[in-house]
Amino acid sequence: MDAVMDELPLYWEGFRTTLALTLVSAAIALVLGTILGSFRVSPVPTLRGFGTAYVEIVRNTPLTLVFIFFVFVAPQLGWTPSDFFAPAVVALSVYTAAFVCEAIRSGINSVGQGQAEAARAIGLTFPQTLRLIVLPQSFRTVIPPLINIFIALTKNSSVAGGFFVAELFGVGEQLANSHPGDIIAVLLGVGVCYLVITIPAGLLAGYAERKVAFAR
Amino acid sequence: MSSVLYDVAGPRTRRRTLAWSIVGGLFVLALLFLAYRQLDSRGQWEAERWQVFWEPPLGQSAEDVWRSMLITGLGATLRAAGVAAVIALTAGLVLAVIRMSTSRLVRWPVTTVIEFFRGLPVVLLMFFAVFALGLPTFWGVVFGLAVYNSAIFAEILRAGIVSLPKGQSEAAYAVGLSRMQTLFSILLPQAVRRMLPSLVSQLVVLLKDTSLGFIIAYPELLRHLQTNTQFFGQRYWFQFFVVGAAIYIAVNFTLSRLAVYLERRGTKKAAGGVAKAAEPVGGKVGGGEAGPAV
Repeated sequence: MDAVMDELPLYWEGFRTTLALTLVSAAIALVLGTILGSFRVSPVPTLRGFGTAYVEIVRNTPLTLVFIFFVFVAPQLGWTPSDFFAPAVVALSVYTAAFVCEAIRSGINSVGQGQAEAARAIGLTFPQTLRLIVLPQSFRTVIPPLINIFIALTKNSSVAGGFFVAELFGVGEQLANSHPGDIIAVLLGVGVCYLVITIPAGLLAGYAERKVAFAR
Repeated sequence: MSSVLYDVAGPRTRRRTLAWSIVGGLFVLALLFLAYRQLDSRGQWEAERWQVFWEPPLGQSAEDVWRSMLITGLGATLRAAGVAAVIALTAGLVLAVIRMSTSRLVRWPVTTVIEFFRGLPVVLLMFFAVFALGLPTFWGVVFGLAVYNSAIFAEILRAGIVSLPKGQSEAAYAVGLSRMQTLFSILLPQAVRRMLPSLVSQLVVLLKDTSLGFIIAYPELLRHLQTNTQFFGQRYWFQFFVVGAAIYIAVNFTLSRLAVYLERRGTKKAAGGVAKAAEPVGGKVGGGEAGPAV
């Protein structure tokens, strides 16, 4: 237990890195995922095909393999970043974008058909229908699954610890080496740090879900 | 699909769609071309680099290379996934049954345990098992996957039971079945069938998560890719990555297709048979795709 208390600054450092990783990747994934999601419902076949291919490939690839690509393979292809934070952010964003895309797409499908029909009836074009009528309404339905995706992202950011980023899990590995006697307490501390993020977020998702269901 | 978003195209729209199609196609082609050129400038397409798969250097045979990936590597991945899936499904069922109990004293601890393990990263659980509990890496991977996924499976099964119409359990009680009989012969069979797609997609997640064993040095597929590049040289990383990714995608894609097939079959049966009435608004809780499958 003392080990945990002594190393609190290191935990704090790891916690902050985890938060930074999660937030930056979440923002990028949200943008990328929304673009891909609108590709997937667009009338243009090539864009639709591109969106589908992206989602199918990324969803069937393990995150570790994505990390391997950006950390080990990318330097062979000419990308040599100065630290390991950037490749971790790219790997997490690329991976999470596929799930964001799917959530947005099913959100779009959940908006009542009459909405899109009415928009078409008053002469809005496809981009207008999507931007002005359907997407704003779908964002509401999409919020609970999006929160769940970001909870998963928080947990997934732990993989970065295995690829040389000193976030929570990386700190845990480091401390497990330096305090082999207190390993259970040390790792429990890391676990608690994750739960501090994931459990409130889960409650929030549940609350949002009830809210949305109520409004229907 | 969501064709309701746009009209059946007239001649002008069709021309415009075609134009955008070409623009989109050029955009995709440009991306592919950039990727190709970048790879080409690094000499990744040289035949010599790919020869590692049929005539490897350093006195190895092609059979050694493929055996290390497909039999030793993929074998270890599938073995860990298989054992973990069996344990997680069994434990998930037990947890779900306990969580449906009427006694709060029994229900509460199980709910806490489920919430606890659901909020932790799988790789942390694996690391804990190997370095705190001292398990061998195989069982470390199985431990992490089984503990985490049993919590998820329990939640999926519970969501399935909750989504059933109330009349099912009322009718069961009315004909004099006990709580356990109702649960096991009336509710669970329906819940499992209803949740089959979610269960299969969670199995895909489980299979993907075996790759976290890479981080705790369990010699699964990705570890074997790395060992190969350490043996033949870092310059072969791209080649081994491509083959490894292809293997993973092929295996997972097959499983995902199975999920889609089961979903289709499930909806057909439900439409022709029992209780389509009480589809909950939030759709499926346990992950996977929400929204109407057309």
